[in-house]
Amino acid sequence: MLHIILLRVLATIPVLFGVSLVTFFLIRAVPGDIVDALAGEEFDNPEAIDQLRRLFGLDLPLYQQFWMWFSGLLQGDLGTSFRTGRPVLQEILDRFPLTLELTLAALVISVAIAVPLGVISATRRNSGLDMGVRVASLVGLSIPNFWLGILLIAFFSVHLRWLPSGGSNPFAFSWDHFQFLILPAVTLGSSLAAETMRMTRSSMLEVLAQDYVRTSRAKGLGEHLVIFRHALRNSLIPVVTVVGIQAGALLGGTVVVEQIFSWGGLGNLVVRAISQRDYPLLQGLILFLALFYIVMSLIVDIIYLYLDPRLRRHG
Amino acid sequence: MAEPALPAVAPTRASRPSILRIILRDRIALAGAILVAIMLIAAVFAPLLAPHVPTDINGRARLQGPSALFPLGTDELGRDLLSRALYGARVSLTVCVSVVTLAALIGVSIGLVAGYFGGLLDSVSMRLMDVIFAFPTILLALAVVSTLGTETRNLVLALTVVYVPAFARISRGAALSVAREPYVEAARSVGVGNFRIITRYVLPNITAPIVVQITLSLAYAILVESALSYLGLGVQPPEASWGSMLATGKVHIERSIWPSLVPGLFIVFTVLGFNLLGDALRDSLDPRLRAAIR
Repeated sequence: MLHIILLRVLATIPVLFGVSLVTFFLIRAVPGDIVDALAGEEFDNPEAIDQLRRLFGLDLPLYQQFWMWFSGLLQGDLGTSFRTGRPVLQEILDRFPLTLELTLAALVISVAIAVPLGVISATRRNSGLDMGVRVASLVGLSIPNFWLGILLIAFFSVHLRWLPSGGSNPFAFSWDHFQFLILPAVTLGSSLAAETMRMTRSSMLEVLAQDYVRTSRAKGLGEHLVIFRHALRNSLIPVVTVVGIQAGALLGGTVVVEQIFSWGGLGNLVVRAISQRDYPLLQGLILFLALFYIVMSLIVDIIYLYLDPRLRRHG
Repeated sequence: MAEPALPAVAPTRASRPSILRIILRDRIALAGAILVAIMLIAAVFAPLLAPHVPTDINGRARLQGPSALFPLGTDELGRDLLSRALYGARVSLTVCVSVVTLAALIGVSIGLVAGYFGGLLDSVSMRLMDVIFAFPTILLALAVVSTLGTETRNLVLALTVVYVPAFARISRGAALSVAREPYVEAARSVGVGNFRIITRYVLPNITAPIVVQITLSLAYAILVESALSYLGLGVQPPEASWGSMLATGKVHIERSIWPSLVPGLFIVFTVLGFNLLGDALRDSLDPRLRAAIR
């Protein structure tokens, strides 16, 4: 089993290299750079502009710039932010806990809603409840999460005045902290729940039609035992994939929701890096988020191995 | 050169119902198709349907609720929300339809060639798709738009890049299995060229998953496009798109809910339409799934 995991880890290396390559050149493809942006706002002095370019290493040929960045990358150095002068890694790690917290809260909300409803919906197929759940999940899938966020703000912040409409503060076990988390987490979580619920339902239906489920019913096992001991575990495999992919993609997906709720995580940082043309920061962020995504899919693969022992035999 | 006579093996499953028939027979598909049709009509005939000019500012009618004059209310500059949303449909649908068309053309071509020929070509192109896949969707689109500038053309380009891998993967997988089928084998043995085999034998057999992917991608493209517009990276003012309308609506949410409500509802109806359609098509076109569910 360790062998398989090791192989999977090795396979991510070329993907990571590709991601860093694409990230680097994509960002350089833009006409105009940070110096143009700075110069436009603050001064108009060709000599100083040249000096700035040298300072940022922008006068070097592209391949040299890439090499400098990439060799730094291998040593865990993502460069320094053009704007703040702080190490990019530091900027990212400062914001990461808030985004991680929001992501985890959203996933917990999503799974807590989706899995029970999906199972109930599948076991009582074509009942009124099933229809209700299916319609709700399709509608949920069609609602943009930022619109849901705006509606929640309108209702809970503007109308009822129960919760703040935005903001965030460092993690603490206090209402002062959690009151900010509730709305963005519900916003993100409920749009994920729709997808997870559909996956749980269809996967459960597929499993319930299998021979071994019929066998366990035939040998007189109670319905509860059949569903929870035999069917659920197997039907969770595709659900794990969906949740894993969501977790990885969620970091990127928080961009808009963080923006709506002024949540001070990575999503907010991304928007800042883009609007300020802060290449090193943007590069670092994209790479970091892609890495997170890749690590998440690795974890999903490992969970697979646990859930489906058949996979362990193949190398 | 005359074409050699081909073995009479039907490359397409004759029993598979046509898409139009599925839509007419299935209530869910029909509901989706109707929603999509309404939005298409709204987009095409926006100039005829809109009661006002979407960019007309009316200082005395700011942030009003629905009235006889302004059926869905007005925004912070007194512009008619219904008219803006109708014109917004043009923007959103044009962007999304172009994106999905381009992505399907490019992705399916890559996938077919990779799956049919296999080997190095296959591994290289699929690793490239993996790299694109490794980027979170919105982030990739954000990066492209922010580097190339916020023009509609760039928005289309950015979203196309995002959607190519999905089409490539689906068609590659399908091409891979179809290419090993006896009837393709047979065609090859009687000297049919690769191009002809791909377009005549492989492609018709993978239309079902592609059609489903197109419909569901359209739904998702609308969501991503409006998210980018919400962040200010889509269509630029004074032109209206649903996402940018929502962004300005949110600013004035303390005073009126209408500017936030109207564009959101348009988005939901459109996306729901595509989702209903895609779902129903998948259920009827994918025999494996049909066997599992029914």
